[in-house]
Amino acid sequence: MHSMAGCAARIDPFHVMPEQVTNKSRRKFNFLDSIEKPTEWFIRLCGWSSIIGIAAIFLFIFKEAAPMLPRLDWLTFFTSPRWIPNPAPGNPASFGALALLAGTFTTTFIALIIAVPVGLGAAVYISEFAKGKVKETLKVVIELLAAIPSIVWGFIGLMVLGPLIKTVFTAAPGSWWGHVMVILHLASAETGAAQGTNLLTGGVILALMSVPVIVSLSEDALRAVPDSFREAALALGANPWETVRRVLFPAARNGLLAACMLGMGRAVGETMAVLLATGHNNRIPAALTDPVRTMTATIAAEMGETVFGDPHYRVLFILGIVLFVITCSINVASDLIIKGVKKANKA
Amino acid sequence: MNTAPVSNPFAPTQFERRKFRRANLNKWIMFGFCAVLVIPLIAILVDIFVKAAPVLSLDYLWLNPANKGKEGGLWAPLVGTFYLVIGSLIFVAPVGILAAIYLNEYAKEGILNRVIGIAVTSLAGVPSIVHGLFGLGAFVLVMLPAVNSVIANPNDRATKWQAGLLTASLTVAVMNLPVIIASAREALGGVPQSFREACWNLGATRWQTIRTIVLPNSLSGILTGVILTISRAAGETAPILFTGVTFFKFVADTGWEKVFPYNPGEPFMAMSMHLNIISNQISQMPEGMKYGSAAVLIGLILFVNSFAIILRVWLRGRKRW
Repeated sequence: MHSMAGCAARIDPFHVMPEQVTNKSRRKFNFLDSIEKPTEWFIRLCGWSSIIGIAAIFLFIFKEAAPMLPRLDWLTFFTSPRWIPNPAPGNPASFGALALLAGTFTTTFIALIIAVPVGLGAAVYISEFAKGKVKETLKVVIELLAAIPSIVWGFIGLMVLGPLIKTVFTAAPGSWWGHVMVILHLASAETGAAQGTNLLTGGVILALMSVPVIVSLSEDALRAVPDSFREAALALGANPWETVRRVLFPAARNGLLAACMLGMGRAVGETMAVLLATGHNNRIPAALTDPVRTMTATIAAEMGETVFGDPHYRVLFILGIVLFVITCSINVASDLIIKGVKKANKA
Repeated sequence: MNTAPVSNPFAPTQFERRKFRRANLNKWIMFGFCAVLVIPLIAILVDIFVKAAPVLSLDYLWLNPANKGKEGGLWAPLVGTFYLVIGSLIFVAPVGILAAIYLNEYAKEGILNRVIGIAVTSLAGVPSIVHGLFGLGAFVLVMLPAVNSVIANPNDRATKWQAGLLTASLTVAVMNLPVIIASAREALGGVPQSFREACWNLGATRWQTIRTIVLPNSLSGILTGVILTISRAAGETAPILFTGVTFFKFVADTGWEKVFPYNPGEPFMAMSMHLNIISNQISQMPEGMKYGSAAVLIGLILFVNSFAIILRVWLRGRKRW
C-alpha cells in the first residue's frame, strides 16, 4: 500500500471542480434544439399529407356526387352518347357519357401513337447518343416543353395548329383527296375537316404535352440500367443501336412501360388544352378530323352553368370520380411496375 | 522489305458495313425525333412572339384590361397570378419540404413508406380539373362557410368571404404538393449519407443533423423545386376555374389599390383565365391581344424557369462531393 498522503497530493487529471461541472452541464440553450420532439411530429404529419390529400380529394368529390350515385341511370351513362344536361321540351334530360368517354380515349390514343415512338426515340438519343452541348440543350428543351402551361398548349392548338390542320384536310367536293380522306376515315365528309379544332389537333397537342413525361421517365429507366450491361454488349461486338435494341430495351422494359403509362395518365387528365383544341362537340368521332369532346373539358365547360345541387352538377362530379379512378389506377399500376423492376434488379 | 499491298485484315465485311449503316440510320432517326420536338416548339414560340410584337410594350403590362380585354393591358391578371403563386407557396412550400424530409430522413422501408410513395404519385396524376372539383367541394363549399361563421357578420353579406384568392391558393397548393415533395426529396437524397453519419457520430440528434447539415447542403436543389412549383402554379387554369378566379374584376388604376387589388375573400383575375376567355369566348377580339397575352404568359413561365435552369447549372458546378 502506498501512502494515501502522496496520492492525494497528486493532481487528478480527471478531477473536475464543482463550479466547472455546473458550467458544463448548463449547455447553451438553443430554441431550435428544444423543439425537436414537436418538430418531428409535425414533420411526420407533413409526411402523411399526401395520403391525407388523396383521401380528402376522393372524399369531397364523392360527397358531392353521392346523392346522384343511386339515382343515375348507369346503363345510359356508359352506353348512350346522349349528353343532354339541360332538358328542353321534346328533349328530355339524359346523362349518356359514352361520347365523352370516346372523346377522352380517342384523343389519348392518337396522342400515344405519336408520343410513344417520339418520346422513346428522343429518350434513347438523349441518354445513349447525345453528348455535351447537344445533350444539355435537348434536356433544357424537354424541360421547357414540360413547363408550358396547358392553357398555352390549348391556345397553340386553337390558333396555330388548328388552322394548319384545317388547311391540310380541306378538299374541294368530289376531288380525289376528298375521296381518299373519306375512305381512310381521315375526314367524315369529302370537303375535309369542318373545323381546325378536332380530334387530330387535340391528339397532337396532347402528344406534345405527354412527350416530356415519357422522355424524362424513360431516360431515368435507361440510366438505371447498369453500365456493365452496355460494356458486355460492346465486348460481344454489338454496335450502339444493337445495344439499345437487344440489351437496354429488354433491361429497362418495365421502366419504359411505366413512362408510357404516366404519359397516358397525363393525356387522359389534361383539361384546358383539350377544351380549346378538340372542338368540344359531343359525338362519337367517325373520322380523324371530327371534333370531339372529352370528360375533362365537359366538367370545365359546364360546371359554371350548373345550379348547386341539381343532377347536372352532381353528374359532373361523377365524371370527376371516373377520371380520378382511371388516372389513379394508371398511376398505381405504373408504380407497381417500376417497383417490380427495382426488386428484380436487387435480386 | 515486303511492299506488296496487303488487304487490311480488319476491314469491315459486307455484313458489318450493312450493320453499321443501319445503326447510323437509326441514330439519325432518333435525332430526327428530337428535332421533331425542338423545331416545332421554336417555330410556334417565334410565331406567337412575332404576332404579339405589335401590342407588347411596358404599357401592355402596366395598364388594366378594358372593354373585355380588347383594349388596355394585363396588369390586373398579372397581379392576380402573382398573389395566387405567393398564396399557394405559403401553404405548399413548408408542408412539401417537411414531407420530403420525413420521406428521406425519417421514414423506414415499410408498408407506410410505400403507401406514402403511391399516394404522392397518385396525387401527381390526379387530373387538374379533378383538383378543381376538390377545391370546390372542400374549400369553397365546406371551408368558406366555416370561416364565414366565425368572421362574417351574418346580417351583412358584404363581410362574407367568397371563393377567391384563399380558396384558389389552397387548391393550387394541394395540386403542387407532389411536385415539391418529389423535387425536394431528390435534393435531400443528393446529400451523401456520410455527411449525416459524420454528424451523428459527433453526437447530434436527427433534427440537429437535418437542420445544420442536410438542409444547408440541399438548399439550392430545394429552391429549384420551389421555382418549378412557381412556374406550374402560374400557368394553371383548371384548378382555379371554380375556386375563385373571375374574368373581370374592377382594379383601380392608381394608388395602393393597384398593387394590392384583391382581398383573400374576393374573386380575382389570373393570366391563365384571361388567356382562356379572350382566346375563344369573346367575339371580335383583336388577334394582337390574344397573342399578346399568350406571349406574356409564356414569357413569364420561361423567365421563372430559366432561374431554375441557371440555379441547377450553377449547383452542378459548385458541388464538391
